[in-house]
Amino acid sequence: MTLADMETLVYARPASLTEMPTHYCPGCTHGVAHRLIAEVIDEMNLRERTIGVASVGCSVFAYNYFDFDWVQAPHGRAPAMATGIKRVLPDRLVITYQGDGDMASIGMGEVVHAAARGENITVFFINNANYGMTGGQMAPTTLPGQKTTTSPHGRDVETQGYPVRAAELISTLEGASYVVRRSLHDPKNIRLAKKAIRLALETQVRGLGFSMVELLSICPTNWGMTPVQSLKWLEEHMIPYFPLGDYKVHPAVAEIKV
Amino acid sequence: MARELWKGNIAIAEAAVRAGLEAYFGYPITPQTELLEYLSMRMPELGRVFVQAESELGAINMVYGAACTGVRVMTSSSSPGISLMMEGLSYIAGTEVPVVLVDVMRGGPGLGNIAPAQGDYNQIVHGGGHGDYRPIVLAPSNIQEAIDLTMLAFDLAEAYRAIAVVLLDGSLGQMMEPAEMPPLRPLKSTYPDWAVRGAIGRERRVLSSIYLDPPLEEEANLRILRRWQQVEANEVRYKGYYLEDARFVVVGFGTAGRVALSAVRAARAEGIRVGLLRPITVSPFPSRVLRELADQVEGFLVVEMNTGQMLEDVLRAVEGRAPVEFFARLGGVMPLPEEVLDEIKRMASTPLSVDGHPRERWLQRMLQPA
Ligand SMILES: Cc1ncc(C[n+]2csc(CCOP(=O)(O)OP(=O)(O)O)c2C)c(N)n1
Ligand code: SF4
Repeated sequence: MTLADMETLVYARPASLTEMPTHYCPGCTHGVAHRLIAEVIDEMNLRERTIGVASVGCSVFAYNYFDFDWVQAPHGRAPAMATGIKRVLPDRLVITYQGDGDMASIGMGEVVHAAARGENITVFFINNANYGMTGGQMAPTTLPGQKTTTSPHGRDVETQGYPVRAAELISTLEGASYVVRRSLHDPKNIRLAKKAIRLALETQVRGLGFSMVELLSICPTNWGMTPVQSLKWLEEHMIPYFPLGDYKVHPAVAEIKV
Repeated sequence: MARELWKGNIAIAEAAVRAGLEAYFGYPITPQTELLEYLSMRMPELGRVFVQAESELGAINMVYGAACTGVRVMTSSSSPGISLMMEGLSYIAGTEVPVVLVDVMRGGPGLGNIAPAQGDYNQIVHGGGHGDYRPIVLAPSNIQEAIDLTMLAFDLAEAYRAIAVVLLDGSLGQMMEPAEMPPLRPLKSTYPDWAVRGAIGRERRVLSSIYLDPPLEEEANLRILRRWQQVEANEVRYKGYYLEDARFVVVGFGTAGRVALSAVRAARAEGIRVGLLRPITVSPFPSRVLRELADQVEGFLVVEMNTGQMLEDVLRAVEGRAPVEFFARLGGVMPLPEEVLDEIKRMASTPLSVDGHPRERWLQRMLQPA
């Protein structure tokens, strides 16, 4: 690469991403989350040692977009599959990538127990307040009053219960060493999200136990908004209910300098 | 190597260890719990993986993940736990990764009881999970066979990228018998070319059961079916006893087969020419030998510890060429050799009916004892 090329090269595809264009809707933050994870894996030089566990949801084809080994779990079971892989291959980096329906509803048992066991895996949890893939049904993270195709008059907490704050819940478990919530709604928060992804993977590489990064995300298609409106809605409605922050940082993780 | 006393569940666990089991995941349920308990000590002792999962759902998906790395993996459970595993088993079949499953059956449906039964035949042999797949199912009737078939299960699962099930009932799991344990085999040091272990110096690999494009899913189904044809051609196993001159043939697997053998011997002692066919692979089912026997014998007696789940496979194989009778005990009640002997005597002394279904006739006899 010549100096002139370097001066103009402001954006390149991370080596951990494949060339394949994603199937995500325009503006969807799944793509942002993918890119951040890929960048961090590149920076840590772990591409060849990483094994991803894809879940069932819009990210079901995540394995097409990342250039490393993947398996594809049944709906909700990614942390169990990841457990099986990590126990056999403890020196590999094992990550799951799960939506809120996948992880916080049908897969709640698997993720809670993986965290409780201190399973040395990293969960990327995409909270977009609905079931994206199946067309915008109520998720455990759907906000009170939020309209979805199965809460047509808005989520009624009297009959449909309250949203699950997954990061807070998981953070109570001894085996979890790094549990944080970040958001993907603006560049500053995206940078903070990337730092969290790095710390989560460092937690795993150092064998410090379970790590999870919850990423507040948008679903313009099913929310019935433009991407810009969606980002604003996330900021104004989701963040108050799902506060950003560090819910569990084990002292050994706090010492990590990156 | 010397014969030692082994309890069924523990014998299977140790046989799996000797076969090169690298990772075990399980959940407690009677009557298979000793298997889990034994491996919780044995596996870590050898530096191998043992995890007590949060549920059978967790266990089967841990097995699924571990199987994707190409090592030898196993889980074990009993009927209600196996029901919970069905989703994972279907995914495992769809992903074409080898897994060994041990099902120590108990009485059901529902919570049922912890007594020995054979009610899982259909959900195992005919696939309780969604989609088209067929597991290889091995049914031991004594402890030595349980050991040998467990070893074989790992080889077959790997050879055919399939699920291999060791199917037994609670009485075999709990029973003690002298048996010889094979020597410890070394662990694998090379892995198949589909194994997902990190893309170190190679193209990435993906293991999945998803084929969104229907023609590709059709192709996957055909691939699985063709592999199954190989299994059917090469792996049918059964044991025949006193078949050469038999007028009647009793058919039973596992413990039912074992009980039937005592009855057959007693009948022989009374001069009745009767034999036993005991399927060892209930899947692939020994249909051909049954069809051949159908042209030679006066009738079959199917003995099971369920309401006639294997009976349907026998009827399919016999194709109406010979009368088939049925006898069963249910819900954890074991059939007695004397009961089976009575059935054999009845068959030998009265003209055999071909009216209706053998299950119907049995039910009539069962409900209106002579
Ligand atoms: C056992 C099972 N139940 C239901 C489904 C159908 N299903 C597919 S994706 C999905 C929801 C996924 O939503 P989420 O996890 O929030 O991810 P998103 O699509 O929003 O990224 C459901 C219910 C399934 N595949 N398997
Ligand atoms: S449906 Fe929603 S979550 Fe799924 S790709 Fe489209 S915008 Fe993203």
